[in-house]
Amino acid sequence: MSAVLAGARQADAASARDTMPLLAVRGLKAQYGPTQVLHGLDFEVATGGITTILGANGAGKTTTLRAVCNMVRSSGEIVLGGERIDGLATEAIVRRGVAHVPDGRGTFLHLSVEENLRLGAYSRKNRSDIEPDFERIYGYFPRLKERHRQQAGTLSGGEQQMLAVSRALMLRPRLLLLDEPSFGLAPLVVQHLFEMFRTINAQAGIGMLLVEQNAAMALKLAQHAYLLETGRVVMSGPAEAIRSDETVRRSYLGY
Amino acid sequence: MNALLHQVLSGLASGGIYASVALALVMIYQATHLVNFAQGELAMFATYLAWTLIQAGVPYWGAFAITVACAFVAGVAIERIVVRPVENAPILAVVIVFIALLVIFNSLAGWIWTYTIKPFPSPFPSQPLFGNSYVSSHELGSMAITLAVLLLLFVFFRYTPLGLAMRAAAQNPESSRLVGIRVGWMLALGWGLAASIGAIAGMMVAPTVFLEPNMMGGILLYAFAGALLGGIDSPGGAVLGGFIVGVLENVVGAYVGTELKLTVALVIIVGVLVVRPSGLFGRVHVTRV
Repeated sequence: MSAVLAGARQADAASARDTMPLLAVRGLKAQYGPTQVLHGLDFEVATGGITTILGANGAGKTTTLRAVCNMVRSSGEIVLGGERIDGLATEAIVRRGVAHVPDGRGTFLHLSVEENLRLGAYSRKNRSDIEPDFERIYGYFPRLKERHRQQAGTLSGGEQQMLAVSRALMLRPRLLLLDEPSFGLAPLVVQHLFEMFRTINAQAGIGMLLVEQNAAMALKLAQHAYLLETGRVVMSGPAEAIRSDETVRRSYLGY
Repeated sequence: MNALLHQVLSGLASGGIYASVALALVMIYQATHLVNFAQGELAMFATYLAWTLIQAGVPYWGAFAITVACAFVAGVAIERIVVRPVENAPILAVVIVFIALLVIFNSLAGWIWTYTIKPFPSPFPSQPLFGNSYVSSHELGSMAITLAVLLLLFVFFRYTPLGLAMRAAAQNPESSRLVGIRVGWMLALGWGLAASIGAIAGMMVAPTVFLEPNMMGGILLYAFAGALLGGIDSPGGAVLGGFIVGVLENVVGAYVGTELKLTVALVIIVGVLVVRPSGLFGRVHVTRV
């Protein structure tokens, strides 16, 4: 009898794990000085899924990502794979497998491309399999291989964005936070980058939280979307549904 | 000709000392964008520690190793206890902290060991090596030690993950946190390393200038001139600058007059700031407004 119960409990736990989101955020608030910029956000990223947060300039998209990594004063519950991570130091959150491609790309301008990538793997415990990852990443972005000895500051904007994504991948993250990766890039480069996101998501099963102004691209990539206006979620749902919504179409997609 | 060669060689020997201290200055500068005025006094204090150990009967190299280790720990402690709290304070507040450290260590040394000049032993034989008449064995030995230290540091910063992380933390703290580097500890380690380098420089220079609380004053000035000459944000440049200043100082001292030795350092400092503020190898800083 008890064996049967234990078995049932195990099955329950297993199914809970399957449906448990990779990232679950409840009541996220953040402020800069006296100004509150996030007013209690709730959102989730499914395991292996891609979620996008859309919104105009100043809606609080970048702040949301920074709050997940504890880089701004914030409160609320942040759960990564069942473990509370709110209040942990940024370094500790990174060590739990959250890689952040920040606003402005965060390139180490005076270090070489290869050193930038090596730093991405800095907090990995197992160092023996770092070298194969270089090859994997150079496979995704051959331009970086050509320039691996060059100072990162001499790369073009698109190449620096590839480098920023690659640096994040070197962590072998569970969750990738992408802050406006399309910003300032030529449309063709953006397309290539988003194709890479799709490939990486499919091959490595890395969950992604994508913040974008380019709503059309983001909604094509993501399965789930949230619409942010002045620090509040005003709409959420499957990306398909959001894309066909009349208001979104008019104010964010422009047709 | 022989006399000139002699002056150049012994200039290189003191240049090695200036180069080490200049490198220590650059390491702190890269992390804080400030010159640590207390760098010389830390080195002097460490040298007194070595002297005390040797007086107590510890063999020279044992005292050397203990001193380097203690200086490292002290450097880390100073960063964590004194410098960290003023991390985000206005620049002048941090400058005051550095000057306070200078005064504190200076008076503390005078209080503990008095201001009487003390001889400090050299680990190298008093006879010139290889029967040459150009350089004393202490000059040759201290040059070898400083070069070894510089080489070790180069390898450490260039080829080890920790060295890379320290460079990254000094350059871009926010991105460093995002790859999981404990930036605070990296800066503290930098202070520890700088203090250790200073301690070695102090022990190498003490046999020539004699041990007293003010022994590093002039050396810090030469090192600062060297660092500025090479570029205050370029470790390699600072090292080269230190050697150049050492040679210039010695040659001017011999052919123009010892009175003008310190003037050389000041002329270099002012000259660099006027003609090429970023130094020979430094980066030109452009601020977007």
